[in-house]
Amino acid sequence: MGVAAPNGHGLEAFEKALREGRSGIRFVPQLKELNFGCQIGGIPANFEEIRKSYFDFEKLMSINDNIGFCSVSAVDAWKDAGFDLPDPDDDETVDWDTGAILGCGIGGMDTIAEKVVPTVKEGRVRRMGSRIVEQVMNSGTSARVGGLLGLGNQVTSNSAACSTGTEAIADSAWRIRHGLAKRMLAGSSEGASPFIWAGFDAMRVIARKFNDTPEAGSRPMSATANGFVPGSGGAALVLEDLETALKRNARIYAEIAGIAVNCGGQRSGGSMTAPNPEGVRRCILGALADGGIDPGEIDAINGHLTATFADPYEVKNWSRALKRDPDDFPWINSTKSMIGHCLGAAGSIESVAAVLQLYRGFLHPSINCEDIHPDIEAFTDRIPRKVLDFPGMRILAKASFGFGDVNSCIIFKKWENGKEI
Amino acid sequence: MDENKILEEIKNILRPYVKDGALLDQATTETHILDDLKVNSARLVDVIIKCEDIFGLTIEDDEADRIRTIGDAVKLIQEKLS
Repeated sequence: MGVAAPNGHGLEAFEKALREGRSGIRFVPQLKELNFGCQIGGIPANFEEIRKSYFDFEKLMSINDNIGFCSVSAVDAWKDAGFDLPDPDDDETVDWDTGAILGCGIGGMDTIAEKVVPTVKEGRVRRMGSRIVEQVMNSGTSARVGGLLGLGNQVTSNSAACSTGTEAIADSAWRIRHGLAKRMLAGSSEGASPFIWAGFDAMRVIARKFNDTPEAGSRPMSATANGFVPGSGGAALVLEDLETALKRNARIYAEIAGIAVNCGGQRSGGSMTAPNPEGVRRCILGALADGGIDPGEIDAINGHLTATFADPYEVKNWSRALKRDPDDFPWINSTKSMIGHCLGAAGSIESVAAVLQLYRGFLHPSINCEDIHPDIEAFTDRIPRKVLDFPGMRILAKASFGFGDVNSCIIFKKWENGKEI
Repeated sequence: MDENKILEEIKNILRPYVKDGALLDQATTETHILDDLKVNSARLVDVIIKCEDIFGLTIEDDEADRIRTIGDAVKLIQEKLS
């Protein structure tokens, strides 16, 4: 796995930040200069330097924010999975068994806003150069990574708003299940740009009351939640069929036991911006059924939980779907409390968080919810506010929901060397 | 500007686009930009823009299309500068 999150780049730094409940939300002066209501955001620190250490000058000229977060995460994930980067002098070897689904929600908006629009408006198209298309095409991330790693299976980018990252993992797992690939690099990314965040600011769905206290701004499940905090970054996970993984003695972080992706049809309370509760419940139950998992077996939930009005509804949807009341409810936490809502990148970064927690046997605190929303007060004791050691954790559910009423859910199962658990 | 200076300047412009720097060190006016230096053809437009900026001139599309070797570029730029 590889991750570039607002509170840490790399698995070690990210895990440490999660355990410590360390927020990566900072004041962003540019947002103040541009009169944004929300002037805070989650941006991986020092990333300009980090990506310069990964790629040569020629490649860097084609790597915008979004592609940079994705490429660095993908390279990290590839190496973490035990693979070497291809020899730069080998122009022939293609890995036909490995593909990539690396999506994004908004994409190369910074390139469009800062380069395409001004250059075209000034009538200077000729001066734009050759590097625009590869940075603004929706498949810009997967295309870049496919070339870096010499991947020869399906290489594509999905997009399903804030469900993108989790959907990428689900779709990748399906491809492996179908026997069409042995291995898939699954993940997503989102750039950090006022041009990406502007639309959300205009909708007044992002936090406007915490500009002076950025680290307190992202407040999932809190009574004083005030909208989500925009975030950015990327993450990638190497998924592999079990046989191939065992054959090469790969370290197995977790098993993907169940997956489901659906849409609420924007009916029954669902809309472009809100989920149909039935769609959410069907998605959760679909993932459980897919994995043959009983709802009672779920130990923990890494929620979508963005810090908007929808959080209490989400918790209740989980409760209803699993038929588990507050006294019997799994643990539930929100990674967004520390990193904000990384939009298209959210699902993959949070899935890395979910898998790390399962693998290492802990649950990270859900910060900034010392004042639990009154509608879910009964669930208070199921929300870790301090890091929790949980070595016995075996099954963790991760879900993401996105604009368009789209849902995705993955059931991660602890890998215990093939023993049935 | 004398020919050698233009040649060196063009080599500098090409450097980010050439994977194997040694090829460029040994390059002469006879060196073919795509075939010998293995520059990605899509990047030629960037090389042209950079030449325009560095030498302070404009290179038309049909002039750019005629450049095959480093020598072609040197000759074109020398003509334009004079």
